[in-house]
Amino acid sequence: MSVFKDSGHLFRLAALYAIGTLTFLGIRAFFVPRSFGQYGHYRGAAITEIAAHPIHYAGHQACETCHTDVQEIKKSGMHAQVNCEACHGPLAKHADDPSIQPAKLDTAVLCVRCHAASAARPKNFPQVAAVDHSNGVPCETCHQPHSPAIGAGGAK
Amino acid sequence: MNISRRQMLILLPAAAVAWESVLAGTPESSPNYKMTDHWWSMLIDISKCIGCGNCVRACQSENDVPDGFFRTWVERYHVTDWHLENPEVISPDGGKEGFPAVKEDDNGKYFFVPKLCNQCADSPCTQVCPVGATFISPDGVVLIDQTYCLGCAYCVQACPYGCRYIHPQKKVADKCTLCYHRITKGLTTACCEACPTGARQLADLKNPKDPIHEFLRTHNVQILKPQMATGAKVFYNDLDGSVR
Repeated sequence: MSVFKDSGHLFRLAALYAIGTLTFLGIRAFFVPRSFGQYGHYRGAAITEIAAHPIHYAGHQACETCHTDVQEIKKSGMHAQVNCEACHGPLAKHADDPSIQPAKLDTAVLCVRCHAASAARPKNFPQVAAVDHSNGVPCETCHQPHSPAIGAGGAK
Repeated sequence: MNISRRQMLILLPAAAVAWESVLAGTPESSPNYKMTDHWWSMLIDISKCIGCGNCVRACQSENDVPDGFFRTWVERYHVTDWHLENPEVISPDGGKEGFPAVKEDDNGKYFFVPKLCNQCADSPCTQVCPVGATFISPDGVVLIDQTYCLGCAYCVQACPYGCRYIHPQKKVADKCTLCYHRITKGLTTACCEACPTGARQLADLKNPKDPIHEFLRTHNVQILKPQMATGAKVFYNDLDGSVR
């Protein structure tokens, strides 16, 4: 005679517990994303998804592969450290397909955006009160944007 | 085929384990970029910022940031000597369209402070996320898994720097990714690319050749809210004590 009377109850209980555990593991495997926990308590695949977003700013290296003439003018001037897209705007589409022409720029807006006189700007940064400085004459009459010092030349 | 109950009980878990490895697939491989080789940060030089708003515009077009929300923005501080603790701070439309004229004959000082996600190494925002939707990537960028985010906004409240918002259309948390899609391709961030004065510099703390190491040694560099112990990785040069 068995030591445990009516031990069948225990086996049924154990079986129920096992089924419950398996069901839990099954549901968990279904709902938890595959890469969750790959690097930590998050979905590892999210990193590659975020890294795959499209770019809009091509980067000045991309510009310089074709526009070497402009780079030549720029590099000795005051705007040598100003990247192309700082003024020209995001042009990754143009870099991918040069037939897509970038919009024409308006120096009346662009120059004063940085160079309008303001006491809030660093003192050593070149600033002008546009009205006193040029009396309405467009900036590019005297200054070439790619190398703005007067007489520095540059066709573009 | 005749399988006994015993064999079946052994086979079932084995099959489950096999199926699991099939579903997991092969791990992603990106030969050109190793996450463990980088620890991204940013350097902001207050003495070079002219408040043109180029970074704000660049960020909005690079990352399709909705109008009225900002992943980066520029604040203009006005500090007078009798109000050192209470500076007047303005940021009209994030500084996107410039700033109003300064007051004439005022003895206060003015300066610009660009703000963005500080990419904290011990970030409060990732700690409060109840579902693991926001995290610090192995290369030190705080990112959001927007397919996993519930939009509960705990992280928006937790960020001491106010860098997060709930995207009005997607209804999930959104913030600066340090242009993760660009820096993993070898480009700099959109804001750094568009900054005309070099006031912003992307920096890789794990790269011994990065000029940031020399800069940090030789300049008076601070982070924002050091008392919060967030391990912020956006370093400010020439930062005024009134900046919060």
